[in-house]
Amino acid sequence: MKPGALLSARQVGKAFVSNSAQRWACRNISFDLYPGEVLAVVGESGSGKTTLLRLLAARLACDEGAVGYHARWPGHAPLGTLTDLAAMSEAQLRQLARTDWGFVEQHARDGLRMNVSGGANVGERLMALGERHYGQLRSQALDWMARVELDAERVDDLPGTYSGGMQQRLQIARNLVTRPRLVFMDEPTTGLDVSVQARLLDLLRQLVDELQLAAVVVTHDLAVARLLAHRMLVMKDGQVVEQGLTDRVLDDPQHPYTQLLVSSVLTP
Amino acid sequence: MTESHYNFAFLDERTKKRIRRALLKAVAVPGYQVPFGSREMPFAYGWGTGGVQITASIIGRSDVLKVIDQGADDTTNAVNIRRFFARTTGVATTQKTRDATLIQTRHRIPEEPLTASQILVYQVPMPEPLSKLEPRRRESIKMHALSEYGLMHVRLYEDIAQLGAIARAYDYPVMVNERYLMSPSPIPKFDNPKMHMNPALQLFGAGREKRLYAVPPYTRVRSLDFEDHPFEIERWPHACALCGAADSYLDEMIVDDQGGRLFVCSDSDYCEERREAGHVGTQQAVTLTNVLAAQDAGGGA
Repeated sequence: MKPGALLSARQVGKAFVSNSAQRWACRNISFDLYPGEVLAVVGESGSGKTTLLRLLAARLACDEGAVGYHARWPGHAPLGTLTDLAAMSEAQLRQLARTDWGFVEQHARDGLRMNVSGGANVGERLMALGERHYGQLRSQALDWMARVELDAERVDDLPGTYSGGMQQRLQIARNLVTRPRLVFMDEPTTGLDVSVQARLLDLLRQLVDELQLAAVVVTHDLAVARLLAHRMLVMKDGQVVEQGLTDRVLDDPQHPYTQLLVSSVLTP
Repeated sequence: MTESHYNFAFLDERTKKRIRRALLKAVAVPGYQVPFGSREMPFAYGWGTGGVQITASIIGRSDVLKVIDQGADDTTNAVNIRRFFARTTGVATTQKTRDATLIQTRHRIPEEPLTASQILVYQVPMPEPLSKLEPRRRESIKMHALSEYGLMHVRLYEDIAQLGAIARAYDYPVMVNERYLMSPSPIPKFDNPKMHMNPALQLFGAGREKRLYAVPPYTRVRSLDFEDHPFEIERWPHACALCGAADSYLDEMIVDDQGGRLFVCSDSDYCEERREAGHVGTQQAVTLTNVLAAQDAGGGA
């Protein structure tokens, strides 16, 4: 564990039991993530990417190993040391999840509150943190709508009336409103058509740069990894088979599986 | 005309004891919803089975009972519950707020200030203030445990965004003792300030949802709001047409099809006492062709 890391995974593993047989969804995964760094986790479906993401975001508990996070609230841990997520209370984890972290779901509907307007979705985290001034909530909502290129006139519309791409952008705004340091993204562009994907990726790249976000992006799309990520992990059958700088891994894949993955990308 | 083949106050002694134990917990943790073994009552759900069970558990032979339904003592729900307790306990009943030691109520708090020797029992249809926002019961229990109430403000935000003001006129959410978010039952928000630092013990029972909660005497009760959209109670441009009271909650009665409306006190006992004391209202119906225009003229509701 090197100094300065924001998130650190050490020998992380999770097993599921089905028909009384234990099967490891992912195992022996170690890496450090530094502030402002974007890490892509790629691999085919069923390779344990999403399970890994859920372990990192403390939505699942590790069966093996530990995830450490550099929490910034005062009095919790000395500066520069990492706190084991398993040692945090549920209240602390929930606090972390709605202030310092963001989680962008694959399906925007899972990450949005569909029965309240777009503006209320953006304001929810602020209200949870005690913001009680309607005018300020409103201006923050409009500001973030503009930043994710949503029409300000739609601020009072229900997310159900938004298109898929707009919902995804609203979900991103809702997560970033508290200025998190770390965002987890689970296939953020899957399910959107290509031109919308391109705009969303552009937006994400810009926001990550502007806000100095660290991010863990799970994707099966190598183009997404190439555009967004500084480093990447390649997963197969719950194991990391290769990791390194994105350009290195994609241009000079070492492991046979990575080679297969890179060579199966279609180029029009 | 006590029915001797029923136990005192209908419920058996062990049931009443269990409810009293749950009530003790509710009083100890103001605003916290305590589960209890709600019984089948000889009423339909929605007719106050929760309130009736609480009243049955705490009523004693020396109590004087008053039952209110929408402020009045003479409506079906009030008459039936009052008769139920008169028959199964034989205790004295009254319509006077001042004379009562135990008041069961639906939808109103009496206008007459309560005293430390009185207990107010509310009938509650839906005890969970977060139910419309968070359908998962597990999650809402967790939100109460961790005091995560931002979501309730999301609801109020939504009201202002869509309607220009917080539109909740009844069942307006409150914070009890700055700790638990509580549904005050469907009382008008006009009555919310009366809960704050009230000398009487306030008990709430939801029979179908099998939960009860309490606001002990002299407990802080704060209605939620925004800094720039503060909590306000309803105001009317009229006084009561019967007793002339300008400070009570008014019912609007449509008297003809020409827009004629009569505004009278919702608390029938309060109105009657004022009239006995010689207060007289205009006795006139008010003509309102456009309710919104009239509110604007009268300074807004």
